[in-house]
Amino acid sequence: MTALTEFFERFLGNGLAADYCLAIWETVYITLLGTAIAYIFGMVLGVILYGTAQGSIFSNKIVNSVLGIIINIFRSVPFIILLILTQPVAKLIVRTKLGNPAFIVYLSIAAIPFVARMVESSLKEVDAGVIEAAQAMGCNNFQLIFKVLIPEAKPSLLTGAAIAFTTILGYTPMTYLIGGGGLGNMAIRFGIYRFNADIMYVSSILLILIVQIFQEGFTILGNMTDRRRRNNNR
Amino acid sequence: MIEIQNLSKIFNSKSGEVVAIDGINCTVHDGEIFGIIGLSGAGKSTLVRCINLLERPTKGKVIIDGTDITGVSAKELRRIRKNIGMIFQGFNLLAQRNVLENVMFPLRLVGKSRAAAIKKAKELIEIVGLSDRINNYPSQLSGGQKQRVAIARALATDPKYLLCDEATSALDPTTTTQILELLKRINSERGVTVIVITHEMRVIEQICDRVAVLDKSHIVELGKVSEVFANPQSDMAKELILPKNGSVPTSLARKAIRITFDGRSSFEPVISNMILECRCTVNILYADTKDIGGKAFGQMLLQLPEDENSCLRIRSFLESRQISYTEEAV
Repeated sequence: MTALTEFFERFLGNGLAADYCLAIWETVYITLLGTAIAYIFGMVLGVILYGTAQGSIFSNKIVNSVLGIIINIFRSVPFIILLILTQPVAKLIVRTKLGNPAFIVYLSIAAIPFVARMVESSLKEVDAGVIEAAQAMGCNNFQLIFKVLIPEAKPSLLTGAAIAFTTILGYTPMTYLIGGGGLGNMAIRFGIYRFNADIMYVSSILLILIVQIFQEGFTILGNMTDRRRRNNNR
Repeated sequence: MIEIQNLSKIFNSKSGEVVAIDGINCTVHDGEIFGIIGLSGAGKSTLVRCINLLERPTKGKVIIDGTDITGVSAKELRRIRKNIGMIFQGFNLLAQRNVLENVMFPLRLVGKSRAAAIKKAKELIEIVGLSDRINNYPSQLSGGQKQRVAIARALATDPKYLLCDEATSALDPTTTTQILELLKRINSERGVTVIVITHEMRVIEQICDRVAVLDKSHIVELGKVSEVFANPQSDMAKELILPKNGSVPTSLARKAIRITFDGRSSFEPVISNMILECRCTVNILYADTKDIGGKAFGQMLLQLPEDENSCLRIRSFLESRQISYTEEAV
């Protein structure tokens, strides 16, 4: 990541256009990395939430309610406070509390509980009859999760990922608090605090474009892979 | 052989305990097609789901080939389940996999190589007659085609038993007949023991060897289909088999008898012979006869002539031919 960032700086010089390009790049990679890390942990938690629910494949009331409460706590703490509370975690993982790498840590921590709930709700959409049929075939829980639940929920998981990406993108302007970069940071620092409205507008329009591209991309991918739609299949 | 001993299932719901099945005892022999019939809520679905333990019985035993499966480990249960195929009313195919992949699924579960699974799956798809739809997804198939895929999938691991939970209830009559013929063929050609759950009498009469009639959580009647049809004992069996009297215009039936055909050859024209021999006419008010395995089963309501001599001749004719009948007083 840093190599690419340096490449942008060297290649584009120090003009405003270069600042925009760098900011776009930073926004995209912060959001993508944050979403990806959040999904690695969020998927696991989502599957546990789904599986431990009452009447589900390995129902466990205690695990389910404890996990549910922890997730709700993390979801109710405002991001700006979570960012300060979890500084030791960033220090531990990326050896700094400041800048983009630290911000990705804060972003992931804030997004994991959200992603877990998204994954849980996608898995709940899988037809109970299909799960039952798989169990009747002698499927164990591991096979049930990886060969039935996740493949069957794939279109819904992709739609969920689009929502998660946009939500996580919405947190990125907070980088200005800890000396990170990105379009939101630019809009706040140059646009608002230095009264340069043009930069604010341009940054915002670029953010809108990024959201559009990723939202559409995920949605198209989700629909394309959904075999429940007749016209997708030849 | 599947032995069900004293099987009960009680559901705990918010409004209290619901007894789904209560003290069920029956034995399913190898190679037969065993039917379980009952109205909605009689407990038949719960009963079949207890056979592969999709539903844990509250009490009782399910003994499959000598092993009581209610007492085995989860791992052992999964192994046993691979020997019991199951098809459902809602088909329950994997929506994101095509026909071939659906049939391959259980084969891959048991660790078959991809190539071996494809080969076996194609054979089975051929048997159920869907070779031209191999790359289609379930959303592109009709109900009957989906059930064929489900049957192929259920047979993939060469199970000894096949459970059918209302497998034809979502299908139209023509498709139902085709699916039932397929099940019958699988039973006779592959020797798979089939257990059929249904609320439709015609499913039982078309393919089953023996039938258990389920009413209010209990088996009220159990026997060969021909015997239960000819001579239903329980109220539920009578309700399911016998025609409703309400459909007969009672004003016509001043003097009538109800003949029960109990499996005499359907090639013997009983009524014609009776008319020729007794030299009197009768009026058929109602008839519902079915041909099960070349034998006639059913009921016929006849209006008798007014004069007593003719009536006597008819009665003695029926008695001489050992055809059972009852007087229908109006």
